[in-house]
Amino acid sequence: MAAALAGCATAPPAAGISDPYEAQNRGAHAFNVGLDKAIVRPTATAYGTVVPGPVRTGVSNFASNLGEPGDFVNHVLQGQIEKAGQTFFRFAINSTLGIAGLFDPATSIGLPAARTDFGQTLHAWGVPEGAYLEVPVIGPSTERDFAGTVVDVLMNPTSMVLKGDEASTARGARIAARLGDRYRYSDLVDSILYESADSYAQARLLYLQNRRFQLGQQDESNAYDPYEDPDLR
Amino acid sequence: MRTIPMKTPTSGNLGRRQLLLSAAAGLVAATLPAAPAQAITIGTARSLIDRLVSEINGVINSGRSEAAMLRDFESIFSRYADVAIIARSALGVAARSASSAQMSAFTTAFRGYVARKYGRRFREFSGGRIEVTGVGPVKSFYEVTSLAYLPGSSPFEVRWHVSDKSGRDLFFNLIIEGVNMLATERTEIGAMLDRRRGDIDALIADLRQAS
Repeated sequence: MAAALAGCATAPPAAGISDPYEAQNRGAHAFNVGLDKAIVRPTATAYGTVVPGPVRTGVSNFASNLGEPGDFVNHVLQGQIEKAGQTFFRFAINSTLGIAGLFDPATSIGLPAARTDFGQTLHAWGVPEGAYLEVPVIGPSTERDFAGTVVDVLMNPTSMVLKGDEASTARGARIAARLGDRYRYSDLVDSILYESADSYAQARLLYLQNRRFQLGQQDESNAYDPYEDPDLR
Repeated sequence: MRTIPMKTPTSGNLGRRQLLLSAAAGLVAATLPAAPAQAITIGTARSLIDRLVSEINGVINSGRSEAAMLRDFESIFSRYADVAIIARSALGVAARSASSAQMSAFTTAFRGYVARKYGRRFREFSGGRIEVTGVGPVKSFYEVTSLAYLPGSSPFEVRWHVSDKSGRDLFFNLIIEGVNMLATERTEIGAMLDRRRGDIDALIADLRQAS
């Protein structure tokens, strides 16, 4: 059924930027930059400085491993049976040999992570990207991807199974992993948020182009030929 | 491209017209830059990026200081990229109203700015390497694909767009995991120009200051 669903529709190619909520989005962006400056960046710097690298990698692996069951479900819904199998075996191997996911032996034996989300499932089902959104706390998204994020959070198989302390540990690990990413890519993120002339426009472009790339869509700007552009003559 | 309508010349004015045409052709030839020794092929496009990537790999693993590496990247950028078209594209339609002196100053300031900005990103590849994986035609240019291998993360894709329309094989765009340098810089330079209310000289001064 999933394969039939995946096969029945193809989302139209994404092109350009649709941003009818720009005013609200810019408000959310200002909030997000303020949040980063006041809390996320300093916390990430402290986390990255105090906690040794191998421990951060372990925490990040642990959080990623908790995401694998959700990825598995999404791969199945997209009809990506091979990736679903890869994700299933990764979860099995890393949860056991990898000691509850702290280590990632699966990658070393040729089973790298195949991350996905419900936004990608919607894309596979033919749902168009929709308008660009910047969501408070969550950051850049689109109408389709934000709907996907909501579904992923509400329907996460791991969260349904884990209770009490386990659930808190999982939540803590996810937040720590996000802080670890913010620390790891701090130069890049800082350059976008604090050095760009218009950090909102930069974040929007980077998100849309990278997301379309992840989804295997050909962004028209990636075939742009400046030598043939009449605007430049 | 406009097509020129062809008319069969009548015998009476044939001689003079041919003379005029050949004189015009001579003038055009004299003002054109020297033609490239060889037109771009899939092989020459790939070999340009092979050489470029091997220079980048040398710099990122040289262990030199940041300032030294950024100087190296600026030199690589000047030799392998069509800086003039990248700068013109970043400026967009505003390039039309710029004087040639402004364009020249802008291009120089832009070259330093891009080399510093992208040089910093490439510097983060220290301990890693880039490998060319393939090449194929896109419209009238070639796209060379490569993978960047960084310690502790999964490899990611870097694409290079190569053309000989400047007169020789040079790259004019770079796409990292779908994120396109020309699109990014058009947005950024456009925002910088807006902040200066369209004043290109102020923009040039800002670019020289930009870290």
